[in-house]
Amino acid sequence: MKQSRLTLSGAVIDETAELTLGELCRACAIHAELIMDMVAEGIVEPRGSEPPDWRFPGTALRRVELTLRLQRDLQINLAGTALVVDLLEELQELRARVQFFERHILK
Amino acid sequence: MEFKDYYEVMGVSRDATQDKIKRSYRKLARKYHPDVSKETDAEERFKEVQEAYEVLKDPEKRAAYDNLGRQWHSGEEFRPPPGWDAGFEFGGGGFTAGDTREFSDFFEALFGGRHWHRADRTGSFQLRGEDRHARILIDLEDAYHGAARAITLRVPEATPDGHVRMRERNLNVRIPPGVRPGQQIRLTGQGAPGMGDGKPGDLYLEIEFKSHRLFYAEGRDVYLELPVTPWEAALGATVSVPTLGTKVDMKIPKGSQAGGRLRLKGRGLPGQPPGDQYVVLRIMTPPATTAGAEAVYRKMAKELPFNPRANMGV
Repeated sequence: MKQSRLTLSGAVIDETAELTLGELCRACAIHAELIMDMVAEGIVEPRGSEPPDWRFPGTALRRVELTLRLQRDLQINLAGTALVVDLLEELQELRARVQFFERHILK
Repeated sequence: MEFKDYYEVMGVSRDATQDKIKRSYRKLARKYHPDVSKETDAEERFKEVQEAYEVLKDPEKRAAYDNLGRQWHSGEEFRPPPGWDAGFEFGGGGFTAGDTREFSDFFEALFGGRHWHRADRTGSFQLRGEDRHARILIDLEDAYHGAARAITLRVPEATPDGHVRMRERNLNVRIPPGVRPGQQIRLTGQGAPGMGDGKPGDLYLEIEFKSHRLFYAEGRDVYLELPVTPWEAALGATVSVPTLGTKVDMKIPKGSQAGGRLRLKGRGLPGQPPGDQYVVLRIMTPPATTAGAEAVYRKMAKELPFNPRANMGV
């Protein structure tokens, strides 16, 4: 297959991006029911009251994918995943901070 | 191809029970899961563990694998003997749960054939192509200035005989200024091709930062540790400070202490509003290697009565 040499530009999905339930399902290749379960567990928090009005921040994409990987690879149930996803985000921030402090402030 | 000793990978003996294998898998999976682990080779190890478990958890695959005999050793050059899996009854892949597309050639040679799969994942009647996801590591400078980066993705591709091969795909991608870890860049139509008239899926690239020699980013803010002299800290000074953009002159206020934090407004990662750069001061003392330097320190000791340990009660 011939490969494009063009430089591709894409849309950045950040926290100001708004994804509908349908877009989120499609991006993660899962059924809406599973996302609704994740909303019930507080893994992702949409704005809007009813599923058709739901708008997810771009960061939801990462959290849903992470949830799917953890469920699939480690067989964690949804409630457990919710906790792990939160802790992992905190851990990631702390690791970056520790790394900086170890390299600079504490040397 | 190299022989893979799946028992060795799982850290269990050849006569281990299914329960024991499952326990071992859970433990290793938690240790090496790329989302959780801090081991540098986590991704590689996790794939190995997944592949080994894929075979050992499935009584059919395990029996077929055991049938290869004990004479093989890990890393040894291996060709599957003809008819190696003859005489096994295949329920066919009911256990194949994970994504086997990234497994080794060894796995592919043994279990890649169609009869090991009950449901063909790619054979569903989906018209639109699948969305694909990948993670990319970028430099902090690229996130600041924006950049065009060449990336290489490994893409699974079905071969006519029903096997799956990994193909390398090179893309040039524009990194827009201000991207941050965890954000995604969506490239419309760059996912898997659609079937029939179906549109191709999208490609999502998740951003991650390489660790930087000088800076570290938290949200849009950037941190830098800046070494200063005792006199710069005590008397105040204007010094040159690197930022992700051009270097800037920064005023160190008189009477600054080590650990003091100064803010350069708007010098962090771009955005609405842009982040700030925080400069943390580190006071470096010049070595007393000459008689002159020693004299200066002695003079300081005499003329600047100062006990930095006063609040320790000593």
